[in-house]
Amino acid sequence: MAIDVSEIQTVEHDVIVVGAGGAGLRAAIECSSMGLNTGLVCKSLLGKAHTVMAEGGVAAALANVDHRDHWKVHFRDTMRGGKFLNNWRMAELHAKMSPDRVRELEEWGAVFDRTKNGLINQRNFGGHRYPRLAHVGDRTGLEIIRTLQDHGIHQGIEVYMECTALDLLKDGDRISGMVAVWRESGRFIIFKAKVVILATGGGGKAWQITSNSWEYTGDGYCIAYESGAELMDFEFTQFHPTGMVWPPSVRGTLVTEGVRGEGGILVNKEGKRFMFKYIPEKFSPETADTIEESNRWLAGDKEARRPPELLTRDVVAKAIRDEVRAGRGSEHGGVYLDIASQRSAEDIKRKLPSMYHQFKILAELDITKDPMEVGPTLHYFMGGIRVNADTQMSNVPGLFAAGECAAGVHGANRLGGNSLSDLLVFGQLAGIGAADYINSLGTAPAVDNRQVEQIVKRATDILNRESGENPYLFHETLQENMQDNVGIVRNEEDLVNGIKKLEELKKLYSKVKAVGTSQYNPGWDEALALRSLLITSEAVARAALIREESRGAHTRLDFPNESDEWQNYNVVIKKRLDGTMEVNKVEREKPSDDIYRIAYSTLEELEAEVAKEME
Amino acid sequence: MRYFKLFRGNNSEGEMKDYRIEVEKGMVVLDAILRIQAEQENDLAVRWNCKAGKCGSCSVEINGKPKLSCMTRMNEYDNDETISIRPLKTFPVMRDLVTDVSWNFIQNKKIAPFKPDPSQKDKNGNYRMTQEDVDRIQEFRKCIECYLCQNVCHVLRDHDKRNKFIGPRFLICLASLEMHPLDTTDRIPDIKNDFGTGMCNITKCCTDVCPEHIQLTDNGIIPLKERVVDRYYDPLKWIWRKLVGEKILRLFPS
Ligand SMILES: Cc1cc2nc3c(=O)[nH]c(=O)nc-3n(C[C@H](O)[C@H](O)[C@H](O)COP(=O)(O)OP(=O)(O)OC[C@H]3O[C@@H](n4cnc5c(N)ncnc54)[C@H](O)[C@@H]3O)c2cc1C
Ligand code: SF4
Ligand code: SF4
Ligand code: FES
Repeated sequence: MAIDVSEIQTVEHDVIVVGAGGAGLRAAIECSSMGLNTGLVCKSLLGKAHTVMAEGGVAAALANVDHRDHWKVHFRDTMRGGKFLNNWRMAELHAKMSPDRVRELEEWGAVFDRTKNGLINQRNFGGHRYPRLAHVGDRTGLEIIRTLQDHGIHQGIEVYMECTALDLLKDGDRISGMVAVWRESGRFIIFKAKVVILATGGGGKAWQITSNSWEYTGDGYCIAYESGAELMDFEFTQFHPTGMVWPPSVRGTLVTEGVRGEGGILVNKEGKRFMFKYIPEKFSPETADTIEESNRWLAGDKEARRPPELLTRDVVAKAIRDEVRAGRGSEHGGVYLDIASQRSAEDIKRKLPSMYHQFKILAELDITKDPMEVGPTLHYFMGGIRVNADTQMSNVPGLFAAGECAAGVHGANRLGGNSLSDLLVFGQLAGIGAADYINSLGTAPAVDNRQVEQIVKRATDILNRESGENPYLFHETLQENMQDNVGIVRNEEDLVNGIKKLEELKKLYSKVKAVGTSQYNPGWDEALALRSLLITSEAVARAALIREESRGAHTRLDFPNESDEWQNYNVVIKKRLDGTMEVNKVEREKPSDDIYRIAYSTLEELEAEVAKEME
Repeated sequence: MRYFKLFRGNNSEGEMKDYRIEVEKGMVVLDAILRIQAEQENDLAVRWNCKAGKCGSCSVEINGKPKLSCMTRMNEYDNDETISIRPLKTFPVMRDLVTDVSWNFIQNKKIAPFKPDPSQKDKNGNYRMTQEDVDRIQEFRKCIECYLCQNVCHVLRDHDKRNKFIGPRFLICLASLEMHPLDTTDRIPDIKNDFGTGMCNITKCCTDVCPEHIQLTDNGIIPLKERVVDRYYDPLKWIWRKLVGEKILRLFPS
């Protein structure tokens, strides 16, 4: 069947933002405030993106609760949490700009929890030296997305909901637009645009046990990769230490780190608080080594050090895994997270209402009385599209990325709360970068109809096939492979196996068939997303194979230590002309002396420096 | 084995179809729907995202009751009870269990946005509000936009007064703006004339279905109605509220 491109709905914008989570909304707001004609495209309804699920809070050195906080300390925490693999410049910008981005939300109507002095309240979280997470109970993401959404709809942004981006259009090297499909009608739509900003979030749906929803299939990674953009840091996939493990149907659903921030402790089946055993040397000067000191910290003693439950996520996730392996796990293969013995029922319900509700309904468990069962769950991609630190533009002119789908700021491991701030900071910067790019653009790029035809054909082939593989079962096979071979700890043999399996699946993909019509057909959505999942999975597996060390969220049993050499390299992936995946070890940029010094100074040195500055 | 009946069709035609599947301990209704989709009806249309009651995507009517399917446990029903699942009645069906809720997004856009008074900032550029000041609006801001309240409110469901009544979800949205200590916009004339507070007759059906347990009627809609009455029928009370009311900031020690 011939495709008549002139029949396809075509709209024109200066900028198309793909994704309506925090990053996409913030980017779209920035673009339209600078007078750019802006379109915003998302797979679900507006307000339902992953950002809505974020619980614990947004990290920013507002210093409302502990006056010693400062961007320099936030920056140092972020670098240490990321095992110093973070993009230096991005980590610096992030720490410096987060406070203003959070205050701006208040200006747009967000209502954060308050301190006694009427300021935005902040809570403790893993890896953050001071109480730093501005929050609203345990529904911070909802507050942020609703605020951005309600602000954004009055800014003249055109929103295309339940519309799935398929591929980018290019004029030579440059971006010239995008093709998408309306989920309701199954009709295609061509966006002519000078800039595309990808803000599509992560790809957690490649694993069986994940906190991610159906949307997180790595579409942005795939779209960017196919158009020649580079991907970076894919080996760093964050396993959040506390996902639900029981009942089976909710396995992976997140239990916020806020539970530990509010004092929750981790115990094994022997009733032992095991995290004291797993304190890494680097963190031992800053971590409590007795229950007594932990309790003092919880009671608000500023001299006491932080409990080991609040070590970074990579450390806690691996500790839980080791306890379970050693036969000290809970009934259903996790460990116990206990807040009931640490806080009053009233406090728990006030500070963690949605956790209370979630366990009450989904697990029939009262967390004010009983401990929760938790275990690691795939949660977040530190890696993503490689972008310029100041402009957020990728190596493809006109293609930008922000939020979880971009790489850099979090290095080898993300601190909790640093994602929401990342979205706001780099969403805005992507908007500014886009405007600068458009201003410097000579002739407007043109759309090539042959590219459109190819994209449409690829999508409709899945429906037109006579018969073929069930996309849901295909997805399950892929997930099993990633869970088994590219999991929380890795080794060469498994990774090689995993890649082999993926190669087989790639061949099989051309046989996947979606039954039914093109109208609101989740089977078709699923089949389209498999392409993204395959590329995302392959990128993770190949990057994990080449990085022969253990660092942050990437653990190799055959290379159990950090390597000094690998400290200087990122793994960068791009598509070769012959269609295969090229994996390179690329030397990192060096930081300025001052930034380097801040990252590596001791806490005492930095606290003294900050105190002096504030005098 | 459990028995299900699911609506399959669109806005003009459709039928309830029977399904039988194995269910496991701990499953919620959404799990069952997704299993039917994966194993028997690949193209079954259904909305969901978070699977934990946080995003408000999965609203349907289960055995006649409007609910979030991800937060409804299978063991709420007897083992031999057939579970019937239909799309929300108040909105047009797109396909199967998915309805066209775009009307709600249009209503939201009609509400004048939040506008704070910048002179209220302290010297460090911070706004100050106590927790008590914000407690009641935080209750409204828990809304996950599942539209279950919009779906049950008889003004919209049975009387189709969509052009005159904005619905309970947006009345509490208005309440959260009106009660915001920093906001400076006056929405009372709109609330009376365009958004139709007068059409609500306090049946509280909206409050009953809210999965976030927001007291829509008592804490949001009734106070809004009172404000309208004060403004139009008791101006003195209105002036009094303007002078000492919640839109005037308390003083803080800094
Ligand atoms: C349960 C949970 C709790 C969390 N808690 C916290 C927390 O407390 N603090 C914190 O900092 N971080 C937290 N995170 C992480 C954080 O929420 C996410 O990393 C962040 O929200 C990602 O935002 P984003 O804007 O990059 O993308 P998302 O919010 O993930 O949005 C992605 C958008 O892209 C769209 N999209 C995707 N593919 C396509 C396509 N092909 N076509 C069109 N649109 C597409 C989607 O529809 C969606 O609108 C949490 C995450 C989860 C899952
Ligand atoms: S109380 Fe008012 S808004 Fe709520 S359902 Fe009844 S009539 Fe509708
Ligand atoms: S008020 Fe309650 S019922 Fe209504 S949309 Fe919001 S969460 Fe749903
Ligand atoms: S899927 Fe999010 S509320 Fe049910």
